[in-house]
Amino acid sequence: MRENVVIVGAGQAGGELATGLRQRGFSGSITLVGDEDHPPYQRPPLSKGFLMGKIPQEGLYLKPHETYGRFDITLRLRTRVESIDRASKHAVLSDGSRLPYDKLALATGGHARRLSLPGIDVGRLENVFSLRSIADVESLRGAFVPGRRLVIIGGGYVGLEIAAVAAQLGLNVTLLEAAPRLLARVTGPEVSAFIEGVHRSHGVQFRLSAEVRGFSLDASQRQAVGVDISCQGVQERIDADLVLVGIGLVPNTGLASAAGLAVDNGIVVDEFACTADPSILAIGDCANQPSAYTGGRIRLESVPNAIEHARVAASTILGQREPSTATPWFWSEQYDLKLQMVGLSSGYERCITRGDPSSKAFSAFYLKGSRILAADVIGRPADFMAAKRLVTGRTPVEPERLADEGIPLAKVAA
Amino acid sequence: MSKIKFIEASGAEHVVEAKDGQSVMQAAMDNLVPGIVAECGGFANCATCHVYVDEAWGAKVPPPEPNEKDMIDCAFHVQPNSRLSCQITVTPALDGMVVRLPISQTGE
Repeated sequence: MRENVVIVGAGQAGGELATGLRQRGFSGSITLVGDEDHPPYQRPPLSKGFLMGKIPQEGLYLKPHETYGRFDITLRLRTRVESIDRASKHAVLSDGSRLPYDKLALATGGHARRLSLPGIDVGRLENVFSLRSIADVESLRGAFVPGRRLVIIGGGYVGLEIAAVAAQLGLNVTLLEAAPRLLARVTGPEVSAFIEGVHRSHGVQFRLSAEVRGFSLDASQRQAVGVDISCQGVQERIDADLVLVGIGLVPNTGLASAAGLAVDNGIVVDEFACTADPSILAIGDCANQPSAYTGGRIRLESVPNAIEHARVAASTILGQREPSTATPWFWSEQYDLKLQMVGLSSGYERCITRGDPSSKAFSAFYLKGSRILAADVIGRPADFMAAKRLVTGRTPVEPERLADEGIPLAKVAA
Repeated sequence: MSKIKFIEASGAEHVVEAKDGQSVMQAAMDNLVPGIVAECGGFANCATCHVYVDEAWGAKVPPPEPNEKDMIDCAFHVQPNSRLSCQITVTPALDGMVVRLPISQTGE
């Protein structure tokens, strides 16, 4: 009998699972259902080269349309899965049809966290944006005009990448961050200070420890003309022509919970990407999985995780069992800087830097005892590759040697 | 269109039609060639699209930029003819090129 695999969500994880199954010889039917107009595409360039206008839309597509047809993968775009009928093993689609499945993979990703302000329906404001999809960038493009005042809410990677593009395109940018420093949840103070300095040198202004209290609206009540903040006890209004909200991602778990599957900061899966229902898997940004790296559970929002988790799911569907052993890693680009991060720094005891921040090429290593938990690497790609090995291998190092540039990173092991 | 032959570490061969102007990595992706992971999508951030350019073609491929060189220096299973396939643009001059794949992109 020909097995039916239905993949819900045509993002990077869903696309990788579909093509990965074919690559590995799966001969059943594969249907990839996505609610956007596009085949699976890369999201990281959305807030970088694509927003900047350097990459065309087709340049984002992971594979061209015809690849899916050629490898007998059915793409159902502009279609939502409305519900899962677990008893009869069918996905119920927005066009009313029912797709039978033997294995269903939820690769539903997430949506931009919405700003909640008392008395204001932020979603109705015409000049307040978030950035998660090609459609988001397209709606934002017309407003990205030199000289306009852009207020960015959120000093994480997305907010900072957009700030960099906007500053380079000639907008006047003010970035608001609730924490006392940028990237507070993911990097140490050294890297936060460095990133802030780079942005300031490009004219970006900051309000740190800023609490957004509300928006000032124009007479039509459809446009925000200012963002009202409280910054260390001082009330201030930041004038705005447009506002971008980058305050994180909320996993899309509604379909799973409605189907009675466990959800806890993501769809709960085991190390083989399976939910408690052996016919249903969940992968990528939307999944909460056991982590060989932390020893606990983790939900990761990253391309490397989407690819690795899709590989795990493909193995499971093919009847092999290959849990993930990957170490989390991420990257960012701001101005001419390349940032590469590996591991997760939470719980670190000391930070050791190598190289000189003023040269815009340095690495920060986050240590717990003699083990490197994580590293942030700026403009030193060889350090990144070496750090990836040290973090993955849990290799004990001699901290003094880490800081000494005369000693190759490959030789810092204790 | 140029033909590129990918040879997996196992010896399995894949000849693909690559579009001029696209990267060798993207040609592998478009044709589901196994063994190239391409985590970063083609921005020389990850070294998971590492290939060995066949000796006969080495001189026809422009040399690596410093960033690519640094990534390769510390990649897995490096050889003198190692390159990141995302940084090689397909041109008619590369028609018939042969590249081999390392045994793993992500580990020893």
